[in-house]
Amino acid sequence: MRYGFWGLAAVALLVTAGFASADEVGRVKVVKGAVTIERAGSSLPATVGMKLQEGDVIATGRDGSAGVTFNDDSLLSIGPDSALAIDRFAFDTTTHAGRFDTSLRRGTLSAVSGKIAKQSPDAMKVRTPSTILGVRGTEFVVRAVPVAP
Amino acid sequence: MRPALVGLALLAAVGCAKAVQVSPAPPMRDELIVLLPGPDGSTGALTVTHDGQQRTLDAPYATARVQQQGALEDGGRLTADEVRQRFAPALGAQPPRPVKFVLYFLDNSDEFTAASKLEIPKIFSEISGHPAPEIVVVGHTDRVGSLTYNDALSLRRAERVRAGLVQMGIPREQISVAGRGEREPLVATEDEVAEPRNRRVEITVR
Repeated sequence: MRYGFWGLAAVALLVTAGFASADEVGRVKVVKGAVTIERAGSSLPATVGMKLQEGDVIATGRDGSAGVTFNDDSLLSIGPDSALAIDRFAFDTTTHAGRFDTSLRRGTLSAVSGKIAKQSPDAMKVRTPSTILGVRGTEFVVRAVPVAP
Repeated sequence: MRPALVGLALLAAVGCAKAVQVSPAPPMRDELIVLLPGPDGSTGALTVTHDGQQRTLDAPYATARVQQQGALEDGGRLTADEVRQRFAPALGAQPPRPVKFVLYFLDNSDEFTAASKLEIPKIFSEISGHPAPEIVVVGHTDRVGSLTYNDALSLRRAERVRAGLVQMGIPREQISVAGRGEREPLVATEDEVAEPRNRRVEITVR
């Protein structure tokens, strides 16, 4: 590292100053039909501009779809009858290092990975009920539909 | 999940035995993963892991599929049309892609260059196309002057951009500003070297 610890610390301070609170990991940008955010045991109706946190689950009804832009510029959107959990999101705006774990519990997902995956391959993971996806970039879609026995 | 699956498997086995006719167990799940090319035509890669097996997708429209526990399969290639049909609502809800702009400044000043002044309306119209827009403005300097002086100058440049956007009607709270001084030059130079390309503000609209 060229500037040493204090240089990095100073940059980190400069960069975090004025930014959104550390809790916010992304924002809801698109809401169509029935979309809810499950947070700490309660279910909130999703609105455009809503700030999301680690642990939130975005869920859509039969006519619903939703899109979220994350702080590392990742774009995740889900179709009808879907649920996506934000398990973990950590992003250093200076180094772009981080970890991004989500789970598609059911339904369809469209993803465009952002700076976390670009900086370190495999730092972004998407889980489905049966698989783990290691994201080396950049765009993909996933469907995980439970089949009635 | 596991005990339920075992139970279902047992039921299926009993069912098969009673019916005499042996048929394959019904699919317990249906999962499909498709790698897509980006708008510039380049394609990244995905590793798909299931039950100790792994596949790497690295070609446009390559797929992986799981329909039975323990079977991670190549799902073949889909066409662009098939992907659009099967994933239309999810793809249709994708937020607009973040867009980056760079504005340049006169030497030791928070005045825009003449060319950069003309860029500002483009930034405004990009912002107008984003739902719940977030605008991240980061100022930079070249390496002439002290670190401390350049930290302040870079922040002044960023604030100048914010003031311009606020004047055009963008709510101030949508804009965050930061200054990185001379720490992150676009063009690497020795210290105290004047470099117009490093006197800049980078604006990300997302």
